[in-house]
Amino acid sequence: MLRKIRIAVSVSTAVLLTLFIIDFAGIMPSWFGFLAKIQFLPALLSVNIAILISLIIATLVFGRVYCSSICPLGLYQDVVTYISRKVNKKKRFRYRKALTVMRWSFVVAALIAFLSGFTVLVGLLDPYSSFTRFAVHILKPAYQAGNNLAELIFTQFDNHTFYKVSIYLVSIVTLIITLVITAFIGYLAWVNGRIYCNSICPVGTVLGFFSRVSLFQIRINEDACNSCGACGRNCKASCIDTKNHKIDVSRCINCFDCIDVCSTSAINYNYSFRLPIKNRKKVVNASRRRFMMAVGVTGVAATKLLAEKTPLIGGSTSVVRKTPITPPGSLNLDHFSQKCTSCHLCVSKCPSNIIKPAFLEYGVGGMLQPTLKFENDFCSYDCTICSDVCPTGALLPLTKEAKHTNQMGQVQFVMNDCIVFTDETSCGACSEHCPTQAVHMVDYKNDLTIPEIDTSICVGCGGCEYICPATPRKAIFVEGIELHKTITLKKEKVEEVKVDDFGF
Amino acid sequence: MDRRNFLRALAITGAAFSIKESGAMSVFSQSGAASKSGKPYDLVAVMGGEPAEMFRKAIAEMGGIGKFVKKGHSVVVKPNIGWDKGPEMAANTNPQLVGEIVKQCFAAGAKEVKVLDHTCNDWRNCYTNSGIEEVVKKAGGKMIPANEESYYSEVSLPKGVKLKKTKVHQDILDCDVWINVPVLKNHGGAKMSISMKNHMGIVWDRRFFHANDLQQCIADVCTLDKAAVLNVVDAYRLMKNNGPQGKSEADAVLTKGLFISQDIVAVDTAATTFFNNVRSMPLDSVGHLAKAEALNLGTMKISNLNVKRIKL
Repeated sequence: MLRKIRIAVSVSTAVLLTLFIIDFAGIMPSWFGFLAKIQFLPALLSVNIAILISLIIATLVFGRVYCSSICPLGLYQDVVTYISRKVNKKKRFRYRKALTVMRWSFVVAALIAFLSGFTVLVGLLDPYSSFTRFAVHILKPAYQAGNNLAELIFTQFDNHTFYKVSIYLVSIVTLIITLVITAFIGYLAWVNGRIYCNSICPVGTVLGFFSRVSLFQIRINEDACNSCGACGRNCKASCIDTKNHKIDVSRCINCFDCIDVCSTSAINYNYSFRLPIKNRKKVVNASRRRFMMAVGVTGVAATKLLAEKTPLIGGSTSVVRKTPITPPGSLNLDHFSQKCTSCHLCVSKCPSNIIKPAFLEYGVGGMLQPTLKFENDFCSYDCTICSDVCPTGALLPLTKEAKHTNQMGQVQFVMNDCIVFTDETSCGACSEHCPTQAVHMVDYKNDLTIPEIDTSICVGCGGCEYICPATPRKAIFVEGIELHKTITLKKEKVEEVKVDDFGF
Repeated sequence: MDRRNFLRALAITGAAFSIKESGAMSVFSQSGAASKSGKPYDLVAVMGGEPAEMFRKAIAEMGGIGKFVKKGHSVVVKPNIGWDKGPEMAANTNPQLVGEIVKQCFAAGAKEVKVLDHTCNDWRNCYTNSGIEEVVKKAGGKMIPANEESYYSEVSLPKGVKLKKTKVHQDILDCDVWINVPVLKNHGGAKMSISMKNHMGIVWDRRFFHANDLQQCIADVCTLDKAAVLNVVDAYRLMKNNGPQGKSEADAVLTKGLFISQDIVAVDTAATTFFNNVRSMPLDSVGHLAKAEALNLGTMKISNLNVKRIKL
């Protein structure tokens, strides 16, 4: 029963989250984004106290249910393991010694990386972010291809339910990194079940620390046990020491598989205080040191003082910016680079497909963190989706009104490259796309108009840059700013005009 | 008269009075309106009414929608839906007008009516927030996406001066007739955005236009063999400043006008002249008008045309 509940919860969480991530057509309601916000590391980074406390309390009460039921990467591994066991029916797990030093090394490494502004490592280790990148860069293109196939078929029959979507290769580097990580974790799951969760994943390690003292635990009733070893052979976390009838609770992910395979009902999930006193005390003592360590870790993490700025190197875009543009709601470069784990949920949800993983624009430490590129489109004036979905607080939610006055970059105009100047023909494409008329057309010679810019009311949406037809260099582009600003838009009065003549 | 006949007559009379005038019925009453003068009108201008009402008057004077849309026709209605803005901004064609046109096409026996535009903002938001999707679907029409290059096919424009070929939306090429329904707007680069400029919503690569003499390319694209069967200019609200997108409602002016003609140069000239009521815009500054006239696409001399002016 417990196992069935676990499977139901984990499958629905992961499937709904995945659908939310890959949904390009706006079918999934936006509130499904909460499935990303309840993930551990995003909640920690966004200092979402309520979620964080709930997750820790849940772990203190039930053990690592987060790992078995909420973490989408957990389900991915379970699916791989399931398939591997279908393929190789003789596959057995066996008890392994805990890799305590290794586990905590990854936690410390993640912490040091975070504090030194080398956020890329945190993002690579975070299970939620790894899964989301997998969904964005691998599942979504497949989903879109399926959509385009359906469109082809349905449109033949004059049914316009589906429409074609362009499938962009967001970034080759990101795709490779995602493929490697997904394949690596998949391989580990194929061979050893949940070993990733118990040797590398820092979230698993931290939660494992709490689950040691959890109220409910899986335990073996030695009196009823016939030492058949079935539980150990089926334990994908390899945490049941069948010889000694002991379970390493810090590694148990509460999948409840063992309970279902036990023929004598000797293994069950129960209050931990029913354990013999002797055992309990030992457990508590063993964890004290790590408890202190975790408190220290959390405390240091909370201060987040040491993030260093990394040198900025131009990217491969046609427009090379001195400063990369961070997405709306990111406040400033420092805030953004500290909080973003490169889960790429914003990359996927951006309706204009302009949020792309950086290569070296933010420096090595900020690799994979999203930046705005206007090659294929520009930022919609009314759109606030990226800041709405961001689970880590790297992008803070903006209202539509706040978005209208949020400056994330400033327009630059190079008259010598402008079509109106070089060809002396009309254009105005930039001004046409400018929502605030920070780029507006002023009289030039021969009935022509030429752009004039006012950076004080520019939001940095990139409409001008995107549409500028000048080659080989865009005559107008957006330069990033390290600190987002609020612009002031003049309110204009609606005038009433009485027209009673056609004029011809 | 016996009792039975009396009752029958009474019932029929009652039924007749209970029938409401519908768009479909007005189609029947439209035919022949223009023939009273003997010569059909080249251009009809209306002002002072609501969008749908003005269209009904204008199309009746043009000889009825049935003159342009035949039974079984597949029709495309091409409004301007370029921007993610509401109707009050005048950035897009008025939805009431679009809805009325779709309705009338069906009343004239159209097999299907498709509505599309290659938008500048996110197309789904444009279709929805312009209010056009709702009225079109209500009238039984279909909103067709135009957001992807594969929806377009290349056509050659042998008469074009700068624009020799361009990719045009497949549904425009495949339909029996299409109706061009722009909104009257100021445009920062092209000076005015009306019927001719509205063609930039049926092509894929607009950047080419901007890079290769915009005014000439706008005229060139109108040499497309498949010309719109009607141009209906929505001037219910026009965009006076900061066009074609506009900053706020303050850029829109409620002028309650509508112009309709098969002559694209004439209707754009008329609309530009009308625009001069709110802001000075010399005809020769709107380069594509003269360039289109030079390509024999129509005339700028409205005085030579048979024009019907209606004030409501």
